[in-house]
Amino acid sequence: MSALTGYRRKSAGSLAWHIGAFVVLAVVLYPVLWVIGGSLKPSSQIIGSLDLIPTSPITKNYSRLTEGIADIPISTFFVNSLVLAVGSVVGVLISCSLAAYAFAKIKFAGRNALFAVMIGTLLLPYHVLLIPQYVLFQKLDLINTYTPLLLGKYLATDAFFVFLMMQFMRNLPKELDEAARLDGCGHLRTYWLIVLPLCRPALITSAIFTFINSWNDFLGPLIYLNEPSKYTVALGLKMFVDQDAVADYGGMIAMSLVALLPVLAFFMAFQRYLVDGMATSGLKG
Amino acid sequence: MTHIQDAAPERLGKSSGAQDGPGAPAVPAALKRRGRQENLAGFLFLSPWVVGLVVLTAGPMLVSLYLAFTDYNLFDSPKWIGLQNFTDMFGDPRWQKSVRVTLQYVAIGTPLKLLLALGVALLLNQNRRGQAFYRAAFYAPSLVGASVSIAIVWRALFADDAIVDRTQQLFGMQAGGWISNPDMKIYSLVLLTVWQFGAPMVIFLAGLKQVPGELYEAAEVDGAGTWRRFWNITLPMISPVLFFNLLLETIHSFQVFGSAYVLGSQGSSCGPADSVLVYTCYLYDQGFAGGRMGFASAMAWLLLITVGLVTAVLFWSQKRWVHYEEATR
Repeated sequence: MSALTGYRRKSAGSLAWHIGAFVVLAVVLYPVLWVIGGSLKPSSQIIGSLDLIPTSPITKNYSRLTEGIADIPISTFFVNSLVLAVGSVVGVLISCSLAAYAFAKIKFAGRNALFAVMIGTLLLPYHVLLIPQYVLFQKLDLINTYTPLLLGKYLATDAFFVFLMMQFMRNLPKELDEAARLDGCGHLRTYWLIVLPLCRPALITSAIFTFINSWNDFLGPLIYLNEPSKYTVALGLKMFVDQDAVADYGGMIAMSLVALLPVLAFFMAFQRYLVDGMATSGLKG
Repeated sequence: MTHIQDAAPERLGKSSGAQDGPGAPAVPAALKRRGRQENLAGFLFLSPWVVGLVVLTAGPMLVSLYLAFTDYNLFDSPKWIGLQNFTDMFGDPRWQKSVRVTLQYVAIGTPLKLLLALGVALLLNQNRRGQAFYRAAFYAPSLVGASVSIAIVWRALFADDAIVDRTQQLFGMQAGGWISNPDMKIYSLVLLTVWQFGAPMVIFLAGLKQVPGELYEAAEVDGAGTWRRFWNITLPMISPVLFFNLLLETIHSFQVFGSAYVLGSQGSSCGPADSVLVYTCYLYDQGFAGGRMGFASAMAWLLLITVGLVTAVLFWSQKRWVHYEEATR
């Protein structure tokens, strides 16, 4: 086989690969493209039409969103979601990194047993805790506040992130924290000055996943919040849909897209960390 | 996990080295102090986690176990009724329906999702230009898939005479609507989970990258075709990753809630005709909408036991089909 035909075969294979990959991608992303197009069509034309690109694009669906939902401006839902998401990120970063440091770097009595318990909580279905936690927060008169949605984040109940950060800390060179100990650093200073800065990739991955999980969370807010002015974007969206039984598809779809924006923006900015973090830790989005 | 267990003998070795003298069982005071300090530090660093474990995990677990044997409506004090919640459950047609729907969702959705994930991972594993782009693009649905937005969009996509229906007609298939047809609706939910194949795909891709290229070269020299190379090299080599994905996806699938709840909300949640009444949907319905906290707790414990059993069976089965390389362990 001459070099030329070899090259030709290779480029033909490459072309076939790109066509194949592109076709699969087109099928997978079709719903997304359809939604973007749909948000610019009048409601009556959304359901029955196969066109991706609207024939005469309109912005009415978006301008309708300024009216708000049930007298509550849409920005309220966004602020609420943002408060919860940022609050969750801060909590997870502090509490999970502390626990991870203890498991990775401190040799204390009972570590193995506690570690096994921590791994066990990874597999525990959340629904077993749902009802007693609700009863607890109800007795404490904390229903319709953000405490039930945030408390767990500050108490390191997200074992996945403890595990992720711990794996990362264990792979740091031992010499670094040993040197810090010799220089007279206690654990707190070693944690803060040496280990945390080196763990930035694990912290960023955890932060992004926490933000997105919190933003997408539906069950938590559904159970704990009952006053529309405290609703998150997810609940606001649901309310919007319920209210519009007549099927204002245009408004619904525009609102859905707007609700996805923060997640998509995060994804664009950090997709490298996210996808790599996924691969190394097996973390679920 | 093994690393942590390794740590103990290492510490033993150090302390015995420090007390070389003949018959000196006492640990030197300095080391003892050091050990106490370590214990204190460990406890302090772990304290948020320990509080969370007691208050938000272990305590609630015990309470929920107790509630599972009671009649409790959140306002009156719980009344012990023994196994009645469980016997009620088995005789309840809506509960039976929720079990059927969930099993359908898990049994159809999980294999399809993993198959698609593996297929795309194999496609992307060839070193071509733009791989990073494709990888990210395929992963995107996994991130947004769990949101209310996508569930709403899904309803629009699968509505009668909407885009999916019309596309089917284009290909000459009989279209009967998905969302309003109770027999078909579950498949739109299944497709929603299959659509989020990006997460297992990325894990598969990481596994595929670890397969040594020499193995393929050797097989090619021996004249093995593409299919045989896949069957005899790729599949055994990535079986640990396949196991991991299978375990994770199965456990997750059993717990699906939000998308079913939103997709199914037309008048009643998870409808019509309970067509997407997944297990957790019925749990929510009974506990939070119906005020039967005891019954819902019993349901939750049954879910816990089921997930535990499925996990155990998967772990037991892995001896037969998961291939771990001895050299690396």
